[in-house]
Amino acid sequence: MILDGKCPSGPLSEKWDKRRSEMRLINPSNKRRYKIIVVGTGLAGASAAASLGELGYNVEAFCYQDSPRRAHSIAAQGGINAAKNYPNDGDGIYRLFYDTIKGGDFRSREANVYRLAQVSNNIIDQCVAQGVPFARDYAGYLDNRSFGGAQVSRTFYAKGQTGQQLLLGAYSALSRQINAGSVRLHTRTEMLDLVVIEGEARGITVRDMITGEIRSYAADAVCLCSGGYINVFCLSTNGMGSNVTAAYRAYKKGAFLANPCFTQIHPTCIPVSGDHQSKLTLMSESLRNDGRVWVPKKTGDNRSPREIPEEERDYYLERKYPGFGNLAPRDISSRAAKEVCDEGRGVGPGGRGVYLDFAGAIARIGESVIRQRYGNLFDMYERITGENAYRQPMRIYPAPHYAMGGLWVDYNLESNIRGLFVLGEANFSDHGANRLGASALMQGLGDGYFIIPYTIADYLAQRTPGTVTSEHPEFRRSRDERAVEIKRLFSINGRKSVNDFYRELGGVMWDYAGLPRSEESLKKALELIPRIRAEFWENVKIPGSGSELNQELEKAGRVADFLEFGELITLDALHRNESCGSHFRVEYQMPDGEARRDDENFCYVGAWQYMGADKMPELHKEPLDFENIQLSVRSYK
Amino acid sequence: MKSLIKNAAGRKIFMAVTGQLMVLFIIIHVIGNSTIYFGVLNSYADHLHAVPFLLWVFRLVMLTVFLIHVLFGILLTLDNCSARPGSYAVRAYRQSTFASRNMIWTGLLICLFLFYHLLHFTFQIIRPEVSAGVNSDAMGRPDVFNMLVMNFQHFSVTLIYILAIVALVLHLSHGIQSSFQTLGLNNERTLPVITKGGSIVAYVLFFGYIAIPVMIFIGILHG
Amino acid sequence: MNLTLFVWRQKGPEDTGRLERYEAGDISTGMSFLEMLDVVNDKLIKNGEEPIAFDHDCREGICGTCSQVINGVPHGPEGKTTVCQLHMRNFSDGDTIYIEPLKSKAFPVISDLIVDRSALDRIIQAGGYISVHTGGVPDANTILVAKHDADTAMDAAECIGCGACVAACPNGSAMLFLAARVSHLAMLPQGRVEAKRRVRSMISAMSKEGFGNCSNHYECHAVCPKGIKLSFIAKLNREFIKAFGYVAEKDSAARPADVSIAD
Ligand SMILES: Cc1cc2nc3c(=O)[nH]c(=O)nc-3n(C[C@H](O)[C@H](O)[C@H](O)COP(=O)(O)OP(=O)(O)OC[C@H]3O[C@@H](n4cnc5c(N)ncnc54)[C@H](O)[C@@H]3O)c2cc1C
Ligand code: HEM
Ligand code: HEM
Ligand code: SF4
Ligand code: F3S
Ligand code: FES
Repeated sequence: MILDGKCPSGPLSEKWDKRRSEMRLINPSNKRRYKIIVVGTGLAGASAAASLGELGYNVEAFCYQDSPRRAHSIAAQGGINAAKNYPNDGDGIYRLFYDTIKGGDFRSREANVYRLAQVSNNIIDQCVAQGVPFARDYAGYLDNRSFGGAQVSRTFYAKGQTGQQLLLGAYSALSRQINAGSVRLHTRTEMLDLVVIEGEARGITVRDMITGEIRSYAADAVCLCSGGYINVFCLSTNGMGSNVTAAYRAYKKGAFLANPCFTQIHPTCIPVSGDHQSKLTLMSESLRNDGRVWVPKKTGDNRSPREIPEEERDYYLERKYPGFGNLAPRDISSRAAKEVCDEGRGVGPGGRGVYLDFAGAIARIGESVIRQRYGNLFDMYERITGENAYRQPMRIYPAPHYAMGGLWVDYNLESNIRGLFVLGEANFSDHGANRLGASALMQGLGDGYFIIPYTIADYLAQRTPGTVTSEHPEFRRSRDERAVEIKRLFSINGRKSVNDFYRELGGVMWDYAGLPRSEESLKKALELIPRIRAEFWENVKIPGSGSELNQELEKAGRVADFLEFGELITLDALHRNESCGSHFRVEYQMPDGEARRDDENFCYVGAWQYMGADKMPELHKEPLDFENIQLSVRSYK
Repeated sequence: MKSLIKNAAGRKIFMAVTGQLMVLFIIIHVIGNSTIYFGVLNSYADHLHAVPFLLWVFRLVMLTVFLIHVLFGILLTLDNCSARPGSYAVRAYRQSTFASRNMIWTGLLICLFLFYHLLHFTFQIIRPEVSAGVNSDAMGRPDVFNMLVMNFQHFSVTLIYILAIVALVLHLSHGIQSSFQTLGLNNERTLPVITKGGSIVAYVLFFGYIAIPVMIFIGILHG
Repeated sequence: MNLTLFVWRQKGPEDTGRLERYEAGDISTGMSFLEMLDVVNDKLIKNGEEPIAFDHDCREGICGTCSQVINGVPHGPEGKTTVCQLHMRNFSDGDTIYIEPLKSKAFPVISDLIVDRSALDRIIQAGGYISVHTGGVPDANTILVAKHDADTAMDAAECIGCGACVAACPNGSAMLFLAARVSHLAMLPQGRVEAKRRVRSMISAMSKEGFGNCSNHYECHAVCPKGIKLSFIAKLNREFIKAFGYVAEKDSAARPADVSIAD
């Protein structure tokens, strides 16, 4: 099937205005008769639920944490982009649009990205009005910094806690609506199924994580804002509970999953310290402004770093990418680090690390300046590793960080299932094959504050509210199936813990389907994943029962979905015979090792349709037409 | 106003204001008592009683202040106890002090002492034989000086006073600085200064008060 | 290293709960405290016993989900650190460690080390926000904020809502949590408009939820993983005094009223 993104026609800069003026509206007094489910309370979910509640809709919001404020958006550090051009350095909507498209290696939809750049300015205004304490200059105006290799300063930030502050802003708007009674909040409630009736999303089935009760909620539309799936790698920078379950269950109900193989690996994380590792911690990329990345030239050189003389060090980023050096984009520096470690030149436990050395910078500008710039990061590093990075180089290693892929949506953020809208990291829409720094926050809030309120009204206006209840047979079936599934998990009573399987899956995904990938490695993954999955269903052990708080059961459900979803990523990576953005296939590279994109054959969004258990999913394509920009080689040499 | 009295934070403001008024009284009281060193205690006491109307207005105000403080102190403490049902298996305090955690007990001790003290020196029902009401000095004034000396020569009386003053100093070593914080009279810079200052004032008061009974008891001050 | 743990086990709010003894063997100093518990749990699961339930998510010290009292101190012995960022190198071989849930009447225990902190959310819902609608706001740079004020607001805004302050406070008071929110918004011109209403409704909500009152014990600050300053409590008190005489109004604009059709 050829998918239609439903982008409006006309000049790029007028598309969104045009669509907005065409869309239907709902009479204010009628809005309360429509019920909308919002799954997730991160930037996307909280901003959507708050805005929809404020408009007068009846909103039911769900999250698996104990408070909406704990969604993983809280962890974002660096900042949020906007095309304000406050510093007068030549930025503007078109430039932000162009940088984002290019950063995504020309694998995203023009119209969406342009709209994102347009609303970026409104986001900053909105957040300031909510009281987000962005950094200011001495005259009291907003301050900007440059981020992720951009040539303009367009990133707004609140210390190193931008995500936290933006989320708290959205959370406070949400709290106000909860107080007003327009949003009902369900915390510690996990979505386990999407209910589709006659081709329309009509509600969800959830498990109450405290009582274990399986319940359903019916609505007139469902918004999935459930975040990314990068935890399929087991070890990542995401929260421990981040999962693919909500999105994957929607996929199993017919929603298409687009570009799942576009997974971003972040270059500067604290390396794994042993088998017990549960989570990887991101260190701000800004460290690369002053740190120099190197490994020993010899393999197996385990002298302490200070004993390795200058001429025996390989500053590989500076050597390979003299133009950008240590500031090469995320995908490039991650890949380079993994390469040198795979050659056996890595440092630290298990050889999984490279040095990020500040000795030169300290000698040049002094320790106190470095402390001023990065003091909190050095402290965090010391807290985790017990090492003092002023005295010896830091060790860093790439870690899975962000999922560009996700549920397929059209320009209205509606999936191929009518009435199912997908927002934030859970959709695939705006970042193509690679996300630039400071743009995910922008997308989540743009979707929630400024896009969904319009597009969902257009959908609802064509429907009579409240035509089904959760007693509809389809809902009952959904509940029964979930109960059976849980019973089945308990009945296995095997010998291995959920974590054992999760680690195994993560290992396979990282080694064979991570970065870089090859036909051979992907095929290997396709062989291994089903084996792990099969063993999981025969040998997993989950203590306790389903009718109480049971964290092993929660994890088991998530891992079960990852065990299927990992295969989908691999299939997608295998079918995409090109290298683009974060997706690097060793077979497709230039003689100098750069990614070789194939616009002739792969300039499309690959959206997968579930065809049944153990059946090959079907691939649908949405061709990407670039009307306004010229596809070019993304070079950072 | 109603919401202030009903609201916990409002009650705290009352606590702080009444507490500070009482601290003022205590400071004046210790200065007044110190006239003993200059041999003018009796004249001072006499002047205090010169206008009975003013004296009684003052007493009524102080009594109200005191009652508000005691009442809200007890209510707040009950509130706070119920907010913390259990305690931890091991309890490691990092910043709070013995004094801060025992405000209610030091407060109640002070309360008990005040009864005793008023019956003793103001109403002179305890040990009336040496009371100033009965004995006059050479100039015909109630002999407060003699009353103090005769009393503090007794170990038991002195001990009661010393214990009460210890309770008072504990109460104030937390209370003074606390009242500044409660009234919002702090910023990052002043907080450590006021915390220190509060305890210094408390210890100065301690020595001020303890000096008279101790000096009489060991015989430095005598009739 | 090897450790002896005494861990609070409690099936649910009705259960009385008790400390149970576990041996944690083969713990490396590089592990985080939660990874140490993961190891203990893995063993329990394989022995068919129920693992220790504890809250956590980001394991980065920012989401505020993790919440345990370690040897009587919420978030453990290392200052300005959440449990998830606490590492085992802070302990030594042979140590005995007591692990308990956050204790406060306003935080009922859900299971083992997990407590219900939704009371903190309800305090925010009572008024811990600026009542602004989506859209229709002026350009961000029309609201000027002095750098010092913006920085101070940010210092207050760092609170992660973990509830450690409540658990450490001998009065079970949420004063530091409130102080952080109230001070953050009161420092900014956008937040001043509603300052009186905000402080009044948040303080009433705090009492209603069963938290105690602040009597300035300062334990809260000592355990706060974000080092929220005590001067913010003074600021909260100041804001409260400024709100004397304010008559509470309802936020009727939060949700559009029924539209009456005129003519
Ligand atoms: C360490 C880190 C740093 C980052 N830094 C930046 C940065 O500087 N700039 C930037 O732009 N981006 C950054 N990002 C990316 C960005 O933070 C995320 O992409 C974005 O916040 C995602 O928001 P979201 O609302 O889509 O999802 P999330 O914030 O992940 O929210 C997901 C929500 O869905 C709920 N949920 C999930 N599954 C279920 C289920 N099954 N049932 C019920 N509820 C469910 C969760 O409870 C949660 O409320 C960073 C990411 C990380 C991990
Ligand atoms: C050594 C210590 C003290 C001495 C020698 C002392 C002495 C006296 C004397 C002589 C009087 C009677 C005055 C008069 O009516 O002529 C008096 C009254 C009083 N004292 Fe003290 N006092 C001491 C400590 C305290 C303390 C610690 C407190 C409070 C905590 C206190 C509170 C009062 C009060 C409330 C009165 C009654 C005032 C009145 O008449 O209205 N005194 N004291
Ligand atoms: C006459 C002597 C007394 C003085 C000078 C005094 C002074 C003070 C002061 C200054 C405070 C600090 C208020 C604040 O927290 O901001 C305080 C608090 C307190 N006082 Fe007193 N007090 C006296 C008597 C008492 C008595 C008799 C009681 C007991 C019934 C008492 C009980 C308390 C309590 C419980 C607090 C703590 C209040 C809280 O938790 O908020 N005090 N006192
Ligand atoms: S004030 Fe500190 S301890 Fe209290 S909730 Fe906020 S971060 Fe946690
Ligand atoms: S410990 Fe408690 S008493 Fe006040 S200063 Fe902190 S809230
Ligand atoms: S788990 Fe997020 S702060 Fe500890």
